[in-house]
Amino acid sequence: MVEKTEQLPNGNVHTLSLLVENKPAVLQRIAGLFARRGYNIESLAVGPTERPEYSRMTVVVRLTQKPVELVVRQLEKLIPVIEVRELAPSDKLERELVLIKIKTPEKNHSELRAIAETYEAQIVDVSPDALMIEATGTAAKLDALEERLAVFGITELCRSGAIALERGFKTLAPPHLK
Amino acid sequence: MPKEKMTGARAVVRALELEGVDWLFGMPGGTILPIYDALFESKKLKHVLIRHEQVGGHAAEGYAHATGKVGVCMGTSGPGSTNLVTAIADAYMDSVPLVAITANVARPLIGTDAFQEADATGITMPVTKHNYLVTEVEDIPRVMKEAFYLARTGRPGPVHVDIPKDVLNMPLEFEYPDSVHIPGYMPAMKEEPRLADAATLVRSATRPVIYLGGGVRASDAFSEVFEFCELLGAPVVTTVHGKGAFPETHPSCLGMFGMHGSRYANYTIQDSDLIVALGARFDDRVTGKLSTFAPEAKVIHLDVDPAEISKLVTATVPLVGDLKKLLPRLSAEVRKTFEERGRPDLSAWWKRVSDWREKHPLRIKQDGEKSILPQTAVYRIWQKCEGKAIVTTGVGEHQMWAAQFWKVSAPRQFITSGGLGTMGFCLPSAIGIQLGRPGELVVGIDGDGSFQMTLQDLATAVDLKLPIKIFILNNLFLGMVRQWQELFYDNRFSETPLTDIPDLVKLAEAYSCLGLRARTLEELDGVIDRALAHKDGPCIVDIRVKQQEKVYPMVPAGAPLNDMIGGE
Repeated sequence: MVEKTEQLPNGNVHTLSLLVENKPAVLQRIAGLFARRGYNIESLAVGPTERPEYSRMTVVVRLTQKPVELVVRQLEKLIPVIEVRELAPSDKLERELVLIKIKTPEKNHSELRAIAETYEAQIVDVSPDALMIEATGTAAKLDALEERLAVFGITELCRSGAIALERGFKTLAPPHLK
Repeated sequence: MPKEKMTGARAVVRALELEGVDWLFGMPGGTILPIYDALFESKKLKHVLIRHEQVGGHAAEGYAHATGKVGVCMGTSGPGSTNLVTAIADAYMDSVPLVAITANVARPLIGTDAFQEADATGITMPVTKHNYLVTEVEDIPRVMKEAFYLARTGRPGPVHVDIPKDVLNMPLEFEYPDSVHIPGYMPAMKEEPRLADAATLVRSATRPVIYLGGGVRASDAFSEVFEFCELLGAPVVTTVHGKGAFPETHPSCLGMFGMHGSRYANYTIQDSDLIVALGARFDDRVTGKLSTFAPEAKVIHLDVDPAEISKLVTATVPLVGDLKKLLPRLSAEVRKTFEERGRPDLSAWWKRVSDWREKHPLRIKQDGEKSILPQTAVYRIWQKCEGKAIVTTGVGEHQMWAAQFWKVSAPRQFITSGGLGTMGFCLPSAIGIQLGRPGELVVGIDGDGSFQMTLQDLATAVDLKLPIKIFILNNLFLGMVRQWQELFYDNRFSETPLTDIPDLVKLAEAYSCLGLRARTLEELDGVIDRALAHKDGPCIVDIRVKQQEKVYPMVPAGAPLNDMIGGE
């Protein structure tokens, strides 16, 4: 018998997609579960779905000790959680949104516009000594953009956390709608 | 059923009646008054006025353990609900079906730090199977129906329903639903159980052991488990909640294993090559150091809760489902395999197990000892009850002595706080058990420290004239902590000695019940006889036991299971 304490230095990152009932305190239940079972949340995004009675959550979790199946089964035990699926890297389409504010003199703006274009990002606010860039993409792409902009001095940054869906026809749905 | 106009409070009472509740335990308060007012005219519900909400919770647990039905407790807002939290957490850890109903301040006051306001559902969220804050009066029938359904089905557990006072006072058209619709509950199994694989493992094992937990009781699968154990003919070990899942008087039963299990039970599971775990969760108190637990064993793990599978110990073959339904299918598969390929020869294994059992039995070393050994007290009470009593305990050394020496031969006869380890469980639990099983002999084995945590509810037991007998193994210490201090903290008895206060006999008298005391071995039998003969209300027995006596054998926390102190 093997003890389940395989130690990974920084842990593995998993993207979980949750379909949950759109009821009060559901977020609290899920966040509380992660906290008390010792699972580290990298990001959590929640919003409405195609049906008003359900919400979809995308949770990126970093696990150092526990296998992701255990997290999934714990989440599925929560009554308002309809279904949970880990999205495999090859099967998922993952996107994140970032807003980046840079305090920089106007002379740099053209260079920043060029960088933004490379990353399919947009300049969404401009003032004489600052501008704001909006970009969407995978976490890796946004990391790269952040790194590229660092030299200009990022004064404020806000990332949404990932949202994700599975490619192809598979969906998360309550049993009576399957 | 035609719709009927009533208030939210009346709807709560009506739902309790329709759920077949007979006893409920609680205490009124300003916020929950509407429910108590509605209760006043109920002819079906019998309410027990406890003196502290925690007691109501544990009494409901005792009732649920003993009957298999859902226990119900109530409390008012604020302290009423926070006092219930320990009992709710206890029920959560031990998978006890419980519905806890509390009132909260009126909706306009919620969030204003009103008098006796607490975020009750926020507090109970991590210790309930599910909870509800009911904000619309129309939701009461559905929520009550769901609460009882969730509490008793699947892996049972506590469900908490919190209802603001103004909602309780609002009118609704009452109609109780026939069924529940909870889309996120108990999703269909994704795969067929691997019964053939499990049967193959059973057939090829030469050193199998069956490990029974509280799930057997939760699933009410006693006869199914008996049939399976007889079929395998393997040694059976249990957790403290597995006591009674299989008769401890049966030759195959080795009793409890774990931190205070017998050496023979621990050696058996530790040396096994197959563990069949039924309704158990590999708690640290039974496995000892996890990385050294049963190193050669493959594991068949049958549990209704998928989240328990491979949580701590990897299951070679996981079987997810209700024991009562799934175990007969496994038995059938095993029987088929045995018919085709013959039964495994376990004689060499049984020889080893029997040798261990002969060499390291659980002993009571009373010979030459003047003071009463606590083990002797437990054993004598057990003998005089002819093993027929339902026993409940507090938490501490006395609990483990009871677990070791109180042999249980029938289901639902050993009721204790296992997972949470809540001192003070005994008296409240005894109240609930006696109400759930009137006419049966209910015995509490308690400690002096544990008893003092909930003793105020002697009043409740006296009010109800319950003939419960609480035997207090009194060593004037918080004994289990003292034991750890002696063994691991160099005899530094920091804050564990208790004084000889209260005088338990006078206390009993103050509560108008019988109080007895045994100081010497000569007095013990007579006192037990008198207690058991007393039918008119509760009886408290102060048994002065040897202070230095410890619970052996013992696996120190974090040590391998076969690395035991004492009990050779």
